[in-house]
Amino acid sequence: MSWIADNLGLIAQLSAEHIRQSLIAVVIGFVVSIPLGWVAWRYRLLRGTIVVVTGLLYTIPSLALLILLPTLLGLSAFDEVNLIVALTIYAVALLVRAVVDGLDSVDAEVRLAASAVGYGPARRFWGVDLPLAGPVVLAGLRVATASTIALATVGILVGVSNLGYLFTNGLQRRIIPEVLAGVVAVVLIALVLDLLLVLAGRLLLPWARRRSRTSGRARARLA
Amino acid sequence: MIEFRGVSKTFPDGTEAVHEFSLVLPARKTTVFVGSSGCGKTTLLRMINRMVDPTSGTVEIDGEDVARRKPVQLRRSIGYVMQNSGLMPHFTVVDNIATVPVLQGRTRRDARSRALELMATVGLDTALANRYPSQLSGGQQQRVGVARGLAADPNILLMDEPFGAVDPIVRAELQQELLRLQDEFDKTIVFVTHDIDEAFLLGDQVAILQVGGRIAQVGSPSALIEAPANEFVASFIGAEAGKRALHAKRTANGTVLVDAQGRTQGVLVEGADAS
Repeated sequence: MSWIADNLGLIAQLSAEHIRQSLIAVVIGFVVSIPLGWVAWRYRLLRGTIVVVTGLLYTIPSLALLILLPTLLGLSAFDEVNLIVALTIYAVALLVRAVVDGLDSVDAEVRLAASAVGYGPARRFWGVDLPLAGPVVLAGLRVATASTIALATVGILVGVSNLGYLFTNGLQRRIIPEVLAGVVAVVLIALVLDLLLVLAGRLLLPWARRRSRTSGRARARLA
Repeated sequence: MIEFRGVSKTFPDGTEAVHEFSLVLPARKTTVFVGSSGCGKTTLLRMINRMVDPTSGTVEIDGEDVARRKPVQLRRSIGYVMQNSGLMPHFTVVDNIATVPVLQGRTRRDARSRALELMATVGLDTALANRYPSQLSGGQQQRVGVARGLAADPNILLMDEPFGAVDPIVRAELQQELLRLQDEFDKTIVFVTHDIDEAFLLGDQVAILQVGGRIAQVGSPSALIEAPANEFVASFIGAEAGKRALHAKRTANGTVLVDAQGRTQGVLVEGADAS
């Protein structure tokens, strides 16, 4: 355990790197998934293709992707952009599905009502469809964030420094506390980010929480 | 005034929802389209605010063809109230009512203060202003729906079976409330229902529709009851066998009116004003 006490600075620095790389990937993945998800949802013909293709991305072995990307992107093999692009691809694979499912979950009556009272198409998407897809999209975002944090550790195998370093270094030098510190740090980061997402959801989607609290039965009694 | 001129609608799948429909809906009166499901009444309603565009024929508002208006602007200028309220689940009550004024570019603050006034107008406690629709009863939700329809002070209010999903007691309350509001605001209301009693209660002009939006008969409730045009109308309004088929029965205390099932429905008051 003294290894951990002696290396708190290293752990903190690697954690910061780790969080930065993961968050960039999740944010870009989220931003890319909204238009992709919308197109898949809106145009039935494209839907199958987009959902299947993005879903298949998830089955690409991460190590293979990390080895291929530098050639595809024309970057140095040790550039962290390779890792961020790979993580973004995996995030998109999860999030496109979540956006499509989220938009599907919006009540058709509500959509019709929004059009009937005078929402134009763009305004309806940003003001009605997307917020109402929020709970399902948020659930997808939580999964994507946790999986990205865990997956990012493979970066160390292609020379990108983050918490994965504690695994490889600890393994090579037979320092078990170092490996354990890495595992605990990854789990803690994932838990904290998940908690932040839940809190953000409560703040941004207050109606979703209240709906689940007032059940249909309670409403019937009120009537 | 709204005027349908030879309006037909064939949907892409080939079903003809409305065939050659023509009717004038007078300004500041309530016109009710009543008929069984599939008679095209909702399609007709949606043609007024261009939720549906006719395949042929025109719909005019005060002499202007709605096809020349931009759909989004047109819809903001017409109140719309639908079954199951159609409220935005993620907006509070006050923001739901303020929806249309905000879309029209009014400030949120302005629109909210107007919304609070409207809550009182439609009989809602302003303490509910910051609730979400899911926290309200069905009747309260419909009141919010009506308030939203009135918020931009439109001349025309379209109501698509607005009270269809609430229980009979609440429905009766809401109907009385609508009559009171109409007394106060004098809107041109187009109301769609499958309930003939509701049609007769609320309508100044009632159009009984058959499949394809064919008008079986149109007129005031009294005219329809007094002179049903055909068998279909007579049976639809229940003039022959239902509760509207009353006959006089003499009793020791005067004449009472009895329905087809033999239940006494009322007392005949001689010499009363027949209007």
